[in-house]
Amino acid sequence: MIRLENASVSFGSRTLFSGISFTVPVGRSMAILGPNGRGKTTLLRALLGFQRLANGTRSVPNVAGYVPQHGASQAKFTGLDVVIMGRAAKLGLFGQPRPEDRAAAEQAMMEVGACHLADLRYDRMSGGQRQMILIARALATESPALVFDEPTSALDLGNQARTLELLNMLRLRRDKAILFTTHDPNHALAAADDVLLMMPGGREIHGPVAEMIEPDRLSELYGVAMRWVEVSGPTGEMRRAIVPAFSGMEAAA
Amino acid sequence: MSIAAAERRDRRLAGLRIGAFGAMVIVLAASMLFAIGAGRYSIDVPRIVEILFARLMNSGAPLEQMDERIVLLVRLPRVLLAALSGAALAVGGAALQGVFRNPLVSPQVLGISQGAAFGGALAILFGYAGVVLLGMAFALGLVALVLVGLLARINGRTEVITVILAGMIVGALFAALVSIIQFIADPNTSLPAIVYWLMGSFSTATWPRLWLAVPGMALGLVTIWLLRYRLNLLALEEQEARSLGVNPDRERWYIFIAISLMTGTSVAVAGIIGWIGLVVPHAARILVGEDHRALIPASALLGAAYLTFIDTLARTLTAAEIPLGVLTALIGAPVFAYLLRRHFREANRT
Repeated sequence: MIRLENASVSFGSRTLFSGISFTVPVGRSMAILGPNGRGKTTLLRALLGFQRLANGTRSVPNVAGYVPQHGASQAKFTGLDVVIMGRAAKLGLFGQPRPEDRAAAEQAMMEVGACHLADLRYDRMSGGQRQMILIARALATESPALVFDEPTSALDLGNQARTLELLNMLRLRRDKAILFTTHDPNHALAAADDVLLMMPGGREIHGPVAEMIEPDRLSELYGVAMRWVEVSGPTGEMRRAIVPAFSGMEAAA
Repeated sequence: MSIAAAERRDRRLAGLRIGAFGAMVIVLAASMLFAIGAGRYSIDVPRIVEILFARLMNSGAPLEQMDERIVLLVRLPRVLLAALSGAALAVGGAALQGVFRNPLVSPQVLGISQGAAFGGALAILFGYAGVVLLGMAFALGLVALVLVGLLARINGRTEVITVILAGMIVGALFAALVSIIQFIADPNTSLPAIVYWLMGSFSTATWPRLWLAVPGMALGLVTIWLLRYRLNLLALEEQEARSLGVNPDRERWYIFIAISLMTGTSVAVAGIIGWIGLVVPHAARILVGEDHRALIPASALLGAAYLTFIDTLARTLTAAEIPLGVLTALIGAPVFAYLLRRHFREANRT
């Protein structure tokens, strides 16, 4: 379970947000949306204990399956070695990875479909490949919580789609509390049960995805007009996506 | 590549690694035998083996032959001390490079050696030797390392360049303090003692001196060997490591204390011997890769072999002994220049 109660963070005299409370129980997935600079990343950092809370309490498992945006970039280790590092908390100070840690790491790589990366050097992987490895590492921790810092931001469209499929697969297994930040409300539609919006003025609102992702709220959130468009889904059925209504958009032929 | 294929390659790599370690052990043994045999009174290898074997079988027998006395009382303690110091300095360098995520740092570049030298010189100035000198060298080496850590940490981040600059500053500070001690030291008694000690040499090696060095170096070596997988984890970004349940601040300190213990001890028994901690881990990395589980033992073996060999050169090349620090710098400085250029070329490319 991931819980934040009445949390506030301020830098000097500037209060980034205050009085944020939410709970993500095991089996649910929450997306955090907000414009640049409103504290999405700081909220995650506060949750994971990297950032001191001015007020309030946090409750996350001691080892949270954290997927950073740019992790381990210098390390000249293989994909499998990086995933095995997810087992660190189970090893003790003088411990070495045991066969069961390797097995757990291989299992996690299987689940995210990253077995082909086991032997590749991490520092030579593409952004999408690294993302898969970091997600596998988070699973290898066996933490009941998974926390993703903008899992789709640095990826091309193909890798974004693959990452969203994976997030949704993890959500539907219903055995983890999942939290992720994103810039795209459609990604929340694709992979979250609940959404938290970081509104102007340090306010937040949260609720089920269907209530939160709608044009009026998102227009207020981002300060641009938003509207629904119809798109065809993977099997041809019609679905809705929400996009900003900017004037230069190509008119349909 | 699938996991099965990765496992096949793992087995092949493990085979290669065993081969590499076997070769390193052989190089170390050869280097030590060469060191025991070489010198003005040269002794051939079969005779060395015979003397050592006889001693192992009957450790109480009186030493009657000239060559027995040379091997067992003069050269063996010196070779063992050089090998142990080489292993300690190389492992200290490898661990420090892991913690700072930077292949260019070493106990000398970070001013630890100079701090330890100040501690030792202070001890000599007040007429102490032995354990007090060793303790002072360790304590001041640790102080130097703490200063570098504090100076280089800006807004919670430790950058490569600030570490190297902080090391230069702290090293220069302690070097100046050593100069002050030399200035005020008695020119008839303590000054020559300080000067010869600082130049770096194993020429004063004896069995008691070896036993003085063993606890600190062994404790440091074993600690770092036990923490070898933690060194891999510490190579990650700070927050990433923390999210995996590592406590980077605390674990770094264990490693720092172990490094200061080894560096302080080696400075106390043999003066400043630079460059080993920089050159040897680099060679070890080429042979066995970046994983500290292999890198730490490889650095120990290569460091032991390298310093044993260099010490033998120092005492046999010319009639008088060449200070060790001179030889290691002659080899180390060009290697460091090469590493520095390569590091920044790579950094610019990505």
